[in-house]
This record gives sequence, structure tokens and C-alpha cells, in this order.
Amino acid sequence: MTKWFQGICCTFVGAGACAIALLQPHASSTAAEIAAATDASPATRELPRSASGNVNDQDIVKYINEQIRKGWQEAAINPSPPATDNEWCRRVYLDVIGRLPTVEELDAYLKSGGPDKRLKLVSMLTGEAITSNPKEQAAADKYLEEYARHWASKYSILFVGRPPAQRANRELVNRDGMQAYLRGSFLRNKPWDKIVEEIVSATGTTSPGSPEFNGATNFLVNKLAENASEATAKTAKYFLGIQVQCTQCHNHPFNDWKQDQFWGLNAFFRQTKSVQNRNGQNVEYVTLDNEDFAGEGSNPKEAEIYFELRNGELRVAYPTFVDGTKINSSGYVNEVDRRSELAKMIVKHENFGKAFANRMWGHFLGYGFTKPVDDMGPHNPVTHPELLDRLGQEFAARGHNVKDMIKWITLSEAYSLSSKSTPRNKKDDPSLGEKPLFSHFYIRQMQAEELYESLLAATKAAEGDPDEQAAKKSMWLQQFTVTFGNDEGDEATTFDGTIPQVLMLMNGDLTKTALTSNFMSQLTAGNLAMPDKISYLYQATLSRKPTSRELALAMASQGKNAQDVLQDVFWALLNSNEFIFNH
Amino acid sequence: MSMNRRHFMSHLAASAALTAPVAASFTSALRANAKDMQKRKKACIMLFMNAGPPTIDIWDLKPGAPTGGPFKPIDTSASGVQISEHMPLMAKQMHHTAILRSMSTREADHNRGRYYMHTGYVPNPSVEHPSYGAVIAKECGNPEVDIPPFVSVGGASYGPGFLGMSYAPFVVDANGDVRNLNMNMEAPRLAQRLRLLGEIEGSFAGQARGEAPIEHKKVIDRTVALMTSDQMKAFKIDDEDAAVKERYGVAVPGAAAAGAGMMRRNTTFGRSCLIARRLVERGVPFVEVEMGGWDLHQNTHTTLKDTLLPVLDQGMSALIEDLSQRGMLEDTAVVWMGDFGRTPRINARAGRDHWARCWSTVVAGGGMKGGQAVGATNEDGTAVADGVDPIKSEDLMASVLKGLGISLETTYTSKNNRPMKIANSGKVIKELFA
Repeated sequence: MTKWFQGICCTFVGAGACAIALLQPHASSTAAEIAAATDASPATRELPRSASGNVNDQDIVKYINEQIRKGWQEAAINPSPPATDNEWCRRVYLDVIGRLPTVEELDAYLKSGGPDKRLKLVSMLTGEAITSNPKEQAAADKYLEEYARHWASKYSILFVGRPPAQRANRELVNRDGMQAYLRGSFLRNKPWDKIVEEIVSATGTTSPGSPEFNGATNFLVNKLAENASEATAKTAKYFLGIQVQCTQCHNHPFNDWKQDQFWGLNAFFRQTKSVQNRNGQNVEYVTLDNEDFAGEGSNPKEAEIYFELRNGELRVAYPTFVDGTKINSSGYVNEVDRRSELAKMIVKHENFGKAFANRMWGHFLGYGFTKPVDDMGPHNPVTHPELLDRLGQEFAARGHNVKDMIKWITLSEAYSLSSKSTPRNKKDDPSLGEKPLFSHFYIRQMQAEELYESLLAATKAAEGDPDEQAAKKSMWLQQFTVTFGNDEGDEATTFDGTIPQVLMLMNGDLTKTALTSNFMSQLTAGNLAMPDKISYLYQATLSRKPTSRELALAMASQGKNAQDVLQDVFWALLNSNEFIFNH
Repeated sequence: MSMNRRHFMSHLAASAALTAPVAASFTSALRANAKDMQKRKKACIMLFMNAGPPTIDIWDLKPGAPTGGPFKPIDTSASGVQISEHMPLMAKQMHHTAILRSMSTREADHNRGRYYMHTGYVPNPSVEHPSYGAVIAKECGNPEVDIPPFVSVGGASYGPGFLGMSYAPFVVDANGDVRNLNMNMEAPRLAQRLRLLGEIEGSFAGQARGEAPIEHKKVIDRTVALMTSDQMKAFKIDDEDAAVKERYGVAVPGAAAAGAGMMRRNTTFGRSCLIARRLVERGVPFVEVEMGGWDLHQNTHTTLKDTLLPVLDQGMSALIEDLSQRGMLEDTAVVWMGDFGRTPRINARAGRDHWARCWSTVVAGGGMKGGQAVGATNEDGTAVADGVDPIKSEDLMASVLKGLGISLETTYTSKNNRPMKIANSGKVIKELFA
């Protein structure tokens, strides 16, 4: 199992700062506009062009499919057959809104028809469904809420990590604040460049409810120690796919990065000031602001910084972007706001769209076009370079619309294939270190958050006070976090397929609660025949019906009452590989 | 309420009419040959100092040099070997212990350093290398022991790489608590659940969807074994003598306040070291104990003196002394290391930054010769001394494995079918076996 399967795992759901009222479906690509767009197979119909781009979604999906097929031809392999509708539906729910479909949702999808039924599902899950019926619209808006929460969680974990098992309230970062900002942004479908600009240039306070609250400040607030070296490294890595951390101290041994480039980039962060507002040892909030920077040479008109080469020689650096662009090196904020200048250059850099495309492809397909997804450059081969370039360009041309990217990838042929390999593509196995060719779907384990949300959905327990739900979820998730306590903020999860995870699923409170939930009592007492009740549980967890063998085995427990039989079935399902893997 | 193994097995046997794939793995313990039996007594305890300890202030002092810092060296039970004045208890155990003073590793990024020190390989995007724990678990593991052969106490350690999830670290917290261990379930009912599970599990694993579903099944089997095992008591230190607990720095309720020197504080590190010894006694071949807090970019010396070194000194010295007194040290290697060392130069915040060019690791027991310092750094600790062979991570790993009787000719096949020599073909440090 590769390291790529680990990692992303999350904490709080949003803090309730944003409401459905903020809903503004993105104008360029509503479901209505491209309602006739393609299935995964090459389509023939002419489609309306999208409002803001020159190319329609169908053409982009077609291009993706061509490029991926080219890879198969070159390697002389054949793709696996398509996944079943059940499998595809399960997959897309997990990847787009972070939970399994309920039995009813699965059923609705299976009964839907037409060549565009997949597009319709993706549009619904990204919260783009528009109806004139207010009741149906309210139901559709729930998906937007789930969509925003899921992506806020994913990106919050990337940006500020999961909460440590202890003393989270002593940390500078406020994860509720980060999530609230991201959730609001995804709810409104704020373009990705806007999000990144706001994060990089943020000023304000970190905690919801604090004066001048701006949750976007949380990205930087815990990365400013050591002259903001982590802010420098993480900004380059996450938004441009460039890894510069080694060049803080020396020229990079494997790529073209030089030490002076690190410090040139670092200089953009040096006007940044953070002030902690504490109550005892707890951090109430942190204020992130800009202040005049005199520079290490005490000349604010030319505010310079110094760094040391390994041979001890001292060098000077001014704010210089990764492409060599210099800005006015004044340290006065009213003359130059260095972070705002940086933010503008980042979102215009050619890597910006590619970095996002690569991360999103990795999210949906299990592997990105580079490994890791945020280390791009001549030193690291790209599996499908032309495709990555094109996705980055189209994304920019579409105004960095996150939902477009989701649509293109989920409607691609690669995403639609079975996860069963065949003798004709068995060698396409990136877990063996091979370059991924996407000739079959690469299975991966659900994240802890996805498991949690899936169980809430399956047992219909998602209702209730959102803040209380969020606190419960956060408590539960903390058991899996192991932090390394170093200046890179590294952490690991024990929700990684090892014994602690299996023990939790076998004996933990979450499973106990699911087994004894109202949902289970109602199912037990309900009118369905026993085999249908068992079948319902299979569909709720595996998105398929039981085989006749499985049914016979479940029915064979002699002398048991119905409740015990159903609990045993549910327990077995929740502990199975088929359940925990996204396949 | 832990279920008795025999009781549970009888229920599985009673229902043998239905195939019970889980049962097979319990009963398939292989008969060990003599050589295997020998290896099974061997074990390794790794004390991992997370985030990079300043070894120049602990094991390789430079008094008087501009880089030296305020600490003074003291004599130890090993003739001619001096260590920090803040390690007085370890000073009495140095006749068992060897300092490797010419480590030189090149990786000064936490992630990369941690990976390299745990595996002997630098990170490579196309292959995940197995760590010490996974290799030793594979080579020295005893199938009759239910506790996983690779336990990590208080930290995450590093994974099994291409050796597969069966050799993944079993991560428990520093108190040895294993969450969710008790099922509170009647044996027949558990057996029924496992039959249902076995059907889904086996069928999905057989559908050519890659290794992961198959590995999942193995982990399920191990977990069931663990849930029904009496051996789990090894994680609970309650039945240890009060004197032993005190020696490790674990507070004993009701005991009189200890005199100066001995009982400094109730430390999780000391407790973890004691758990490690208990696990090794029970037949676990590899235990990693993590101690954190070493990323000392500022106030290095105050933090060392007031916080870190007293904790380290007490726990580490107790472990080595205890293993020695119980006659276990000869078969148990103790390895002390971190991600890398820290800069000789003291920065403007009285801190030391990342430094991999020359630093120290420490070993004791496990067939390796103690009472010595191997290699040396130059006067101010900025480079390995002239004429001294630098020691790499793979050299240390090769030496530890050799001490445990594991053949360095062992070759694994990585998932992409590349032959991978154990310990990355590292060279044995000859002074440890002189």
C-alpha cells in the first residue's frame, strides 16, 4: 500500500457560518446548460458551448479519454470493462460528497435513464440541480451543503492538518475557522484562484466570532515561525506544485531550485505579523496583519533579507517570484503589500491550474499524474504531460471553476472503469511502483471522515444540531491522529488499514451505535420479509444486493431472533473489505 | 472481559460445517526449526527521538569550542568515553553501550530523515521500503505470539513498505492502552459474525482488485487473534514491582517521595520503555518507543537541561540496566536515533537547526560491543574527523541486523520485482563486533 493512500483525513464540519441562502449556482455551467453532455463513451451530439470558455465540457472529456487511451496503446494494454452502475454511483457519492449513497439514492440513480444520467448525478451532487418545485429544490440544496462540507474538510486537512489528540486549543490555528471559510467558499462556488488569493493575502482574525474574523488567515497563521519558512514552502507546494523546502538551506540536489529562489519567495511573507490573544494557555484567536518591514539591513525603502550559504557566505534577497519577477522592494505596506502581489502572481503562473488539476485527478483516480501530486518539475516525470497541461489551461480558461474540474474527471472513461484488473492490464499497477495508466479503477480505502459520514447516512442519523454533530465527529476522529511534533507539521493516521482501525470497526462505539440505532430497530420491526431486510443492509453498505450464498449464510443462523440476525449481518458488512474500500 | 482462546476455538470448531476461513490462520502455526528458534529469542527496541536530537549536547560534546554550548562532559563507566553532565544515569550504563559518533546522513528534512533512518534507503517515489520494525518482525517473528511482531509505543513509526500490511506497526499510545479491544460478545455469536464476514471478505479478495483487499483479510485474522489473547497483559505494567517502576520513572501511587536523583518525574517515555521490555519478554521481536520534543530551533540548552535530558536519561538507563539484569541484553538490541542531528552553530534564538552531516546514534546489547565510542567528529563538531569512515543509516541497520543473527545476504523482492538487499547493502560497523 503506498503512502498516497494515507494522509487526507479530517476534523470539523463547518461552523455554521454560511447558510444555504448564499447559494448562487455558477452561471457558466449549470446542469441545464449542458444537460445533454456526454457519458463516458465518446458522444456524437453537438452541444452548446459554455458561457465563459471556448470549449464545451464534452470536448474536454473527449480529450481526456483520447489521451488516456493513447497511454494504453503505447503500453499495449486494454482497459477493464466499465464498472457497474452500482459501483459507479457508490464511487461518485464517496468522491464528490464524501459518503456512500443511501439505498433510496442508489435506487433513484439506477432507475434514472438517458444518456446524460451520469452528468445529472454529478450536477446534483455538486449542488447545481435547479428545479421550480421548492420542495425538490430544498432537497437539491442539501447536496450543495454536503458537497461544500466535504471539500472544506479535504482542503482544511491539507492546509492545516487534523487536530492533535491533545491540546488542540493551545494551537495557533483554529480549524473551525479554516473550515468555515472553505465551506462558505465552496457553497458559493468561489473560483479557485479567488480562494487562493484570499488565503495567501489574508488579514484578520482566526476564530469564528472574534473581531474581524477571516477564517482564511488560518492557512498562514501556524506557518510563520522561523521567518515564515513553512509558509514559503507550503505555499509553493500546495498552489504551484513546487517543493522548495530543501532549498531553505542549500541548492536542491535533484531539481533546478536554488537557495536564493527560496529566500526570494520567502521575502514576500516578511511584512506579515501575527499577534496571539490568549486566555491562559489557550489561544482565543490570532490576528494576522501586515506591518512595515525595515528589512534585515534596516532600510525600509529597500527591505532586504539575508541568508547564509552552506559555506557561511552571507547573501541578500529581495521579493522575487519563482519565475524571476521582481517587485518593488519597499517594506512599507502602503507602498507594496507583498503578499497581495505574491497572490496575484501565483494564480497567473502556468503551474497554478496544473497543480489543482493534478491534485483533483489524484483525488478521484487514486493517483495523480506525478507522485507526489504536489511535486512537479523536470526532475519528476509526468505520466500524461499533455493532458495535465490541457486540464490546467482549460481550468484557467473557465475561470478556475472547481465544479467544472469535478465534472470533467468524473465523466471521463478512466473514472468509469471497473476496479477489477484483467490479464490484459494486470501490469498497470501503481502500487508496484509502475506509472499509473488508469486502465482500471485503483481501489483505495475510505478516509475516516468518509466512513463516519457514510454510517450517519446509512443509519439515517445525520439529523440533529450541526454543532453537536461536528463536535462528536471531531472527538471520534482524534483517536486516529499521530503527530510528529516538528516544524513541518507532519502527522500520520492510524486509520490506515492496520489493527487499531479494525478493532475500532469491530468493537468501537461507532459500530455499536450503528447496530443499535433507531434505523436498525425500524428495519427489524418493519414489514419487509427477512431476506429483503438483509438485502437492504447489503445495499446500504456495499451498494449491491447479497449473493444467494451470502443470503443463505445470513439466514442460516438457527434459533436467533430477527434483531440479532440483522445486527450480525450489519456488523459483518461494516467490517468487510468491500465496504471500507472505494472500488 | 477478554474471551478465552480455547473457548472461542471450540465454538468455531463446533460450527465447522460452515467454512470458517478465519479459523485456519489460528491453527496454522508452523513448527519451528532450531535456527528459527534461535532467532526468535532476538529482539530490538528502538528509541526514536522524533524531530532531531542535538547529539552534540548529549553524546559528543565539544567543550570550549564556539559550537560547544554550555554543557560539560562527564566520565562514564566506559573508560575514555565521556557524555553530557545531564546524563548521569546513562553514564553508569556506558560499559554496555556504544556511541556511533560519525553518523553522516545527508537528509535534513524531517520526513526524508525519518524515512532514511527507519529504512536505510532514501525516499524513492516508485518503491516503499520496509522499516527496521517490518524487517525484524519478518525475520524474527514468532507465529505463536498473538501480539503483532512490530509494536510502536507512543508514535507512528514507519511502515512495512513492500513487505505488506502484516508487518505494519501496531501503534498503541504511550500508556499501552489498546482501544476497542473488548468485544463483550458470546463466542457462538462472534463465530457467526466471522463466518458472514469471511464470505464477503474472501469473495472480494478473490476479484483481482489488487493486493489491498487481500491484506485487509490478513489484518482481520490477526485482530481476531489479538482480541482473544491473554498475552495482551504485556501492555499493562500494573503487576511490575514498585522498585522497577520507580527505576523507569513511573510514579507509584502511595510511594514515599523519592530522593534526589532517582525519581524525577512520572514520564510517558519511562513507562513506554517498561512496556517495551515487557513486550520483548513476551516474544515481540521489535518495539519502537518514541520520544518527541526535539525540534529545538530555539532555547536548545534550557529545554535539554530542564526537560528532555532528565527524562531520556532515566528511561534509557533503566531499560539498559533492566535488560542486563534480566539477562536479556545479549539478545536484545537497543538502538537510539533521531531524524538527524542539529547544527553545531547556535543560532540567534539560542537554538540549533537541522544537521545531518555529522551526528551520533547509540546502540547497546543485541550482540554488539559496548563500552566504546566509534568514530569521531572534528574539533568543533562540524564534520566527521579526518580519516574516519562516515557511518550511514544502512551501515547502522546492517550492524543491528547482524547482531540479531539475520543474514545480510537476505534479499527481498519489491513489488515491482526488483531485488532489494536487506539493509540496502550497508556495511557492518566492524568495531561493534571486534
